[in-house]
Amino acid sequence: MTQYTAKDFKKGQPRWCPGCGDHFFLASLHKAMAEIGIPPYETAVISGIGCSSRLPYYMNTYAMQTIHGRAAAIATGCKVANPNITVWQISGDGDGLAIGGNHFIHAIRRNIDLNMILLNNRIYGLTKGQYSPTSPRGFVSKSSPYGTVEDPFHPAELCFGARGRFFARCVATDAQGTVDVLKAAAAHKGASVVEVLQNCVIFNNGTHDYVYTKEGRAKHAIYVEHGKPLLFGENNEYGLMQEGFGLKVVKLGENGITEKDILVHDAHCEDNTLQLKLALMEGPDFPVALGVIRDVEAPTYETAVAEQIEEIKVKKPYHNFNELLNTNDIWEVK
Amino acid sequence: MAEKIEVKELEEVVVRFSGDSGDGMQLAGNIFSNVSATVGNDICTFPDYPADIRAPQGSLTGVSGFQVHVGAEKVFTPGDLCDVLVAMNPAALKTQYKFAKSTACIIIDTDCFQKSDLEKAAFVTDNPIEEMGIKQDVIAAPITQMVKSCLEGTGMDNKAMLKCRNMFALGLVCWLFNRDLSVAETFLREKFAKKPEIAEANIKVIHAGYDYGHNTHSSVSYTYRIESHAKTPGRYMDISGNKATAYGLIAAAEKAGMHLFLGSYPITPATDVLHELSKHKSLGVTTMQCEDEISGCASSIGAAFAGALAVTSTSGPGVCLKSEAMNLAVITELPLVVLDVQRGGPSTGLPTKSEQTDLLQALFGRNGESPMPVIAATSPTNCFDAAYNACKIALEHMTPVVLLTDAFIANGSAAWKLPNLDEYPAINPPYVTEEMKDNYTPYRRNPETDVRYWALPGQEGYTHILGGLEKDGNTGAISTDPENHNLMCHLRAEKVSKIPVPDVKVMGCVDDADLLIVGFGGTYGHLYTAMEEMNKAGKKVALAHFSYINPLPKNTAEVLRRYKKVVVAEQNLGQFAGYLRMKVDGFHPYQFNQVKGQPFVVSELIAAFEEILKK
Repeated sequence: MTQYTAKDFKKGQPRWCPGCGDHFFLASLHKAMAEIGIPPYETAVISGIGCSSRLPYYMNTYAMQTIHGRAAAIATGCKVANPNITVWQISGDGDGLAIGGNHFIHAIRRNIDLNMILLNNRIYGLTKGQYSPTSPRGFVSKSSPYGTVEDPFHPAELCFGARGRFFARCVATDAQGTVDVLKAAAAHKGASVVEVLQNCVIFNNGTHDYVYTKEGRAKHAIYVEHGKPLLFGENNEYGLMQEGFGLKVVKLGENGITEKDILVHDAHCEDNTLQLKLALMEGPDFPVALGVIRDVEAPTYETAVAEQIEEIKVKKPYHNFNELLNTNDIWEVK
Repeated sequence: MAEKIEVKELEEVVVRFSGDSGDGMQLAGNIFSNVSATVGNDICTFPDYPADIRAPQGSLTGVSGFQVHVGAEKVFTPGDLCDVLVAMNPAALKTQYKFAKSTACIIIDTDCFQKSDLEKAAFVTDNPIEEMGIKQDVIAAPITQMVKSCLEGTGMDNKAMLKCRNMFALGLVCWLFNRDLSVAETFLREKFAKKPEIAEANIKVIHAGYDYGHNTHSSVSYTYRIESHAKTPGRYMDISGNKATAYGLIAAAEKAGMHLFLGSYPITPATDVLHELSKHKSLGVTTMQCEDEISGCASSIGAAFAGALAVTSTSGPGVCLKSEAMNLAVITELPLVVLDVQRGGPSTGLPTKSEQTDLLQALFGRNGESPMPVIAATSPTNCFDAAYNACKIALEHMTPVVLLTDAFIANGSAAWKLPNLDEYPAINPPYVTEEMKDNYTPYRRNPETDVRYWALPGQEGYTHILGGLEKDGNTGAISTDPENHNLMCHLRAEKVSKIPVPDVKVMGCVDDADLLIVGFGGTYGHLYTAMEEMNKAGKKVALAHFSYINPLPKNTAEVLRRYKKVVVAEQNLGQFAGYLRMKVDGFHPYQFNQVKGQPFVVSELIAAFEEILKK
């Protein structure tokens, strides 16, 4: 088997603003693809419109930059028509959750084996600074000079609501964390949603400040890992416990709490209740969850489509056009 | 009624079944068509059903009709007026009587002509026949009662029994036309294969209807026989336009050695194509019922990118939604067939009715310079060839193609001589060659055809990016260079204009017509029949009927200029006439335009054309 390096997946000179989270993410994607080891020519990267959707131009794979919001639908057709191709869908928060929201939820619901990357900078960058469906209520932007009067989507909530089987989160500047979740997403058979928290240096600088630096993550992020207790803090001194219908942050050693009392992460649990709670945690009261939050196996759409075709081929007696004609009521004129 | 019934030989006959939309008129009509086709008659059918989900029972808006034209020779239309009208209730009689010839025979179910039924149909007296001034023969049969007594003891409930009323009417019509019931029996046994008791009940009722006609000699003076004249020998089946379209797509995929992928969203009157293709998984056909029209088109583009023969099916409102994605196929130069089964518009319009009002939308309804081949099928059976050719053009010229049909030919059916796929032209997509490996760029073209070469994901040495942004013709990289964009716009247009299409054929008085009739798409049968009848009456007219709209046949201008007078007849407000004026310098045709949602009426066409001849 050929060993690949990040260079094998690289192409061209990215044109994003200096400091844009897309640069960091792209480097991690190249690295992850090399480690995954699927050849560039068996990989298709499909995007919509927006800053992040320029990404396929920097991939030495099969690629298509399409139209606004439709990446998930186009990626779906590609995967169904040729399940042997590994398909990555690249969308931003506007592309994926606003204009493309319908395709986003239905690709997840069908559980098509796509790696669906959602680069979330909570802003429209390419059109120069309008609020997005993930901008918080009251957000001031060019199209909301007095603040928005609407609530944002939480991508995880939407994913889980569409019966998502895989949800992971990373921060663009965290190379290792990003590579890890991308590899996990690729390994998962089915629709894998990865929310990438990234900064827009021009129009929404600092939106993810809380976790954007290494120091910030050390304090405010929790790296969740299947089978491991949900501990966080600079010295793992904090943990998560269940309380009533929710979660609570506890400090080890206080009130007699030991590591044994801490909730152990179960990414494979069918019931997504606690996984959703993890995914929705926000500062300042809670840490931001990073890593693979949900990873549950389920039949994939494209496999089921192919299996049904094989099954019907056995059941039905006609396998070419002429045989199809003969299934009709036919009369002969002599 | 004891006098001997005379058997009259007819060249052709038109039967219209009508009743409440729950009365099974479409099924009765279908079976009668099949029975007639099987004995070698030519057929052309027209299902005319209401758009209401289910209008109140017995109401005027809930009437469903099915007209079938049966002929000894070839028939091209479902016929203007009918020789036999079956009206299962007063609403049907009231709304459908206008389709009856003055010599027609009318069959009614008297059990459904009670006071309350008459009121629902807004009759004011208790004698609808008199009230409407009907002079024709009326077979007034207590159909409901006879169906009930016929099925007595079968254990069927009242509701189930009433569902068989249509078969009684069918049996009666079969008697009128001396039809052998065995074909109908086979049809019903197959249709209700999983419910044999229903099949047998229906068969029992058909026979009862037939026997009723025979025993009472009804109240008609004649029964009829339609001979079959010499037809091209071969094997035939009855096929609707939508089914023929689906078959054409399947045939093209097989010929090209490709998988057929359909991305679609249900929409009247195109949904039957999705239904039909979804059945044929044993042929490797993949159908995806998508979340919306946009996804139907977008998923197809993804499938085309991956190497499938990709098709998306819809009607006009769906084309509106797909048009942005269609343009992506234009600029990425991926093969795609967009099927538009036209219906009445604008907006939701007349969903179940037929028009030709999407022509300009198909040609021009997108942003930017967006050349796209457009093909219009001319009849139910021609949908097969049109679909096959649309696929061939899409695949060989790396372009989206719009295939226009319409509700009339999509739902209508006709006898179809089974095609021999070996006789159809090969389909050879311009796949990349081994020599192009490692220096392939996606927009390098065959200099003769301007067609780019196609590399599929999975092929080593040909990775590339396609996209909706303008790109450099040589490198494939994003380019906003003015000269390059100008060149690319020209190249994409020239590629389409270079697609070879057959010359348009002139029929009728080719050499000395005083009037050339010009049409396109699904009006062929009516225009042809009008021309034929006018020729028979000594009028010198010819017909040039177009199937290839973009590019137009090379001889278009020459044909249009050859005749003194030209009339463009179409079911819109002059879209094709306007398009031809744009393409043919100095062309000033007469126009015949109708947008009623109904097929043309031959007699109206003739009257209009005669007026033009007098001018």
